[in-house]
Amino acid sequence: MADAALSLDNITCTFVSRDGGGKRYTAVKDTTLAIAPGEFVSVVGPTGCGKSTLLNVGAGLLQPSSGQVKVFGQPLKGINTRAGYMFQGEALLPWRSALENVIAGLEFAGVDRAESLERGRDWMRRVGLSGFEERYPHQMSGGMRKRAMLAQTLIRDPDIILMDEPFSALDIQTRQLMENEVLDLWMAKRKAVLFITHDLDEAIAMSDRVVVLSAGPGTHPIGEFAIDLPRPRDVAEVRADPRFVELHAAIWGVLREEVLKGYAQQKRA
Amino acid sequence: MSKLFKPSSSLGLRFWQLLLLAVILVVWYVVTLDPKVAFFFGQPIEVWGRIWAWFVTNRDIYLHLWVTLSETVLAFFIGTISGLGLGLWLGLSNTASAILDPYIKAANSMPRVILAPIFGMWFGLGIWSKVALAVTLVFFIVFFNVYQGVREVSPTLLDNARMLGAGRRQLLRHVYLPSATSWVFSSLHTSVGLAFVGAVVGEYLGSASGVGYLILQAEGTFDVNTVFAGIVVLTAFALILDYIVGLGEKRLMKWQPKTGETEKI
Repeated sequence: MADAALSLDNITCTFVSRDGGGKRYTAVKDTTLAIAPGEFVSVVGPTGCGKSTLLNVGAGLLQPSSGQVKVFGQPLKGINTRAGYMFQGEALLPWRSALENVIAGLEFAGVDRAESLERGRDWMRRVGLSGFEERYPHQMSGGMRKRAMLAQTLIRDPDIILMDEPFSALDIQTRQLMENEVLDLWMAKRKAVLFITHDLDEAIAMSDRVVVLSAGPGTHPIGEFAIDLPRPRDVAEVRADPRFVELHAAIWGVLREEVLKGYAQQKRA
Repeated sequence: MSKLFKPSSSLGLRFWQLLLLAVILVVWYVVTLDPKVAFFFGQPIEVWGRIWAWFVTNRDIYLHLWVTLSETVLAFFIGTISGLGLGLWLGLSNTASAILDPYIKAANSMPRVILAPIFGMWFGLGIWSKVALAVTLVFFIVFFNVYQGVREVSPTLLDNARMLGAGRRQLLRHVYLPSATSWVFSSLHTSVGLAFVGAVVGEYLGSASGVGYLILQAEGTFDVNTVFAGIVVLTAFALILDYIVGLGEKRLMKWQPKTGETEKI
């Protein structure tokens, strides 16, 4: 079998609180997860369960307390250079125009300016932002900023795409549009995707495989479901598919209890 | 006609502002008709005559103004650039900032005007002792703003830039520096004012030229009108400097959102 694009082996992340006292919090415990090249994997779990922690480990932004991360068979050291990361929050540089933001990755890599601009314009067009090249982030709507972030991530042509609840801040219509766009772009290139979300519908509609995480602390995978819905899919239409409803019921059966646990913990805290 | 008297319209606002100025000048004029009061407060027409003489008939203020302004501008640039440099360095290096922290706090809380005579000894009575005094005022304002700015760069921005392949130098150039610049600009209005204050106070405490020196001379002879004329000239030039900084800010900070701004196409 070919090497997984990204594999997390027995990852444990324990945080020590800074204000002394030696308080420890184990966000992720003994988690193993592998994503094949070209596979779209979603991770769902209750809020605050350490989904983002897992993604940061895969990106190389966070060192796990124990366990190993491998990228195409090679142990990961430092930043994962083969991955593109689309963050949950605002990550565009506010002092750069949309186009300058999109080509930032190329600029850092020392790509010729004229070529970067050309590729940047092309990507702006692909994510539907033609004509907005000179806008600054604060002059764009939330959906437009997300599109710019998508272009910024994909222009580097990463082999692994990490997405941390990228559309959670968007309204439902914009969100479905963007989900379909991401699926189209992914179908064209077939990169490995690790997609974090708390929205089960979104996870099922987009993925090949859905992994369910337990409530924290000590989050670990508790269920894995292959999504055998035919592609290409339309995220809005696929929801009416009887198989979708079946899968949703099955996954929700596992997730429900964890969500309640997570909710009870947050209420106590 | 009624529009002219509504302070809400911009024309009306100007009208009321000018009216207030006129009222102050008239009250000043009427009160100082009494020579005893005029001794303490000067007379507006005399003050204006002095300014007129300085700029038009005698033309003897330009040298002094040139000295004061060059001190201000030099101090402004030296203080801003050194504050920016040190702020970036300490903001990025935890060890250095931990070691230097108490010294910086001490240097900032010291009443720095006291240093003027010492600078006079070190740098002589020429412009450089005034520049040095003004630099100590400007430096800390800019330094603290940059330090804060570097510390408060959004971690998401940094992570994103790193994931996009930015190395240490690129992070500095494309993330830390622009972020710090926005903080520097928020402090520049204060620091250009303080550069001016430093220059004038320095002149006042010992010099042979500059507007501060003119004011000191006039005070020595109880020439209140000249003192007031000096103050008016200084105020006018402080406003002009502030306006120039504002222009620079507008050009460089066009990416910053302004409240209530509608979409620009």
